[in-house]
Amino acid sequence: MTTTLETSQSSLNRKKKGRFKSLFFRLLKSKTGFVGLIIVLAMTIMAILAPYLAMYDPAKTNIMSRLLPPFWLEGGTMEHPLGTDNLGRDVLSRIIYGSRISLLVGISAVILAGIIGMFFGLIAGYYGKLWDFIIMRTVDSFLAIPNILFMLIILAVLGPSVPTLILVLGGTSWVVYARMVRSETLSVKERDYVRSARAIGAKNFRIIAKYVLPNVISSFIVIATLNVASTIILEASLSFLGLGIQSPDVSWGLMLSDGREYLATSWWVATFPGIAITVTVLGVIFLGDWLRDVLDPKIKD
Amino acid sequence: MKYFLLNVLKTIPVLLLITLIVFVLVRVTGDPVSMMLPETATDEERESLKEALGFNEPLPVQYMKYLGDLVKGDFGESFRYDMDALDLVLERLPATFQLAIASMIVAIIISVPLGILSAVKRNSFMDLFITGGAVLGKAMPSFWLGIMLILMFAVNLQLFPVSGKGGLMHLILPAITLGTGIAAEMTRLIRSSMLEILGQDFIRTARSKGLRESIVVNKHAFRNALIPVVTIMALQTSTLIGGTLITETVFAWPGLGQLLVQAVNLRDMSVVQAATLLIAVFVILSNLIADLIYRLLDPRIKYD
Repeated sequence: MTTTLETSQSSLNRKKKGRFKSLFFRLLKSKTGFVGLIIVLAMTIMAILAPYLAMYDPAKTNIMSRLLPPFWLEGGTMEHPLGTDNLGRDVLSRIIYGSRISLLVGISAVILAGIIGMFFGLIAGYYGKLWDFIIMRTVDSFLAIPNILFMLIILAVLGPSVPTLILVLGGTSWVVYARMVRSETLSVKERDYVRSARAIGAKNFRIIAKYVLPNVISSFIVIATLNVASTIILEASLSFLGLGIQSPDVSWGLMLSDGREYLATSWWVATFPGIAITVTVLGVIFLGDWLRDVLDPKIKD
Repeated sequence: MKYFLLNVLKTIPVLLLITLIVFVLVRVTGDPVSMMLPETATDEERESLKEALGFNEPLPVQYMKYLGDLVKGDFGESFRYDMDALDLVLERLPATFQLAIASMIVAIIISVPLGILSAVKRNSFMDLFITGGAVLGKAMPSFWLGIMLILMFAVNLQLFPVSGKGGLMHLILPAITLGTGIAAEMTRLIRSSMLEILGQDFIRTARSKGLRESIVVNKHAFRNALIPVVTIMALQTSTLIGGTLITETVFAWPGLGQLLVQAVNLRDMSVVQAATLLIAVFVILSNLIADLIYRLLDPRIKYD
């Protein structure tokens, strides 16, 4: 008995390994997915190794070298490859440090939103009735207020800081997950294996953990990944509008808003952070699209 | 119709919840009194203002009073502009509508031909180019696109004014900024919707009748492909209004979005709540209408 169990266990492990391997090979085959992976990995490494990669302290001002152009323009040097901003801060170093905030805020807010949304989505879908009504009407009301406006108001009231920003981004964007998890739960709940589990007396918690959750998780991962992209843009937008990241912290959105005033004379200050945002978001979208093709072919865009 | 009425009824608790959310945001969190008084105000002055405004009453009582005021159309006064908050909001509304409509036009001009083309020439180089462009349009933050457009066309080439409101020339750059993101989304939608329709039997029938390909694509396929596109886009009203907030700030376009961002920064909460409630009602209405249009256009959808 034990031997059969062990063999089946090890064959299961082998299968799992095989599945992971084939996932990886499919990632290599999908060109955009691979590009996405490279971009996301590069950004992550950049964020982790920022103190070693950046040549300057991103907050260090130097009035003597303000608004220097990038190295290929006249007056630019390799000392500041992408030039300096209005306070003489090195643009490249600020972009490298900016990746930290982008990824930190983007990923933590998505995790927070995902947990809240998963919780309420499961309750609404599984228990139904009054719970469903209350939760889904709350979702509807959240959806009726444009999310950027919602976040601006909360940030204005609570005062901007990195933890608040994560809380606000997560606390207002959970509704997308709640909706998706609810509808998936509704369909899983009526399947035969869930009904028979209930018939033999399995507890609700066990049914949710063992049968519902595994069925919901792949769509959940896809949506969460794609939402990292929109969260990065939202953080940049909020910082641009002045209620997100505050100086001396560095954010690409904040850099853009600084650079906007010097557009006529020093285009580089506003241009490079925008490119950094676009490339990062592209990478995340590519990776998310690939995950969707592999994990969850039934979701369409 | 019964289904539609049921949906209308469902909006009542949603509206109540929204007023509760806005009430909590504006009245409960933070200290509204300290924003209205100068920093040198004494504790007594604070206390008397609190008493006068009813902030010392229990919260449920405050909320009921607040609802009563809303029903009467009283959203309070803007302390920044010294006028009725609702009037101020309504005054800014036309400029925002102008911008929103102009960007929808830009989005349609870009996305309809590109979406059809990429579906018809599926998997061609052209298709790759268009879908790639659509992803790029989605990845670019709109405020950065706006700044880059200003840099290229207003600062360097001096073809358009940098910001503000005036004639048609003032409208073009903001409309492109806001329209590009919408166009990216619409192109993807039109493409996938067209691909689905082009694979259906009635298209094969139309082709086998010997109709010209342009008639099959434009008349038979595109009209049907439009139904889901129109509905999904109508459901994006909230996103569109969110987009005007940023675009109006970049271009100093004197609409509701710019007013809102300024009001939030100045903590002019009467204006914030009047605008937020108005936007929420507008979003709910447009979602209801989208739903109704969808059902009218496509009678196959069941009334569940």
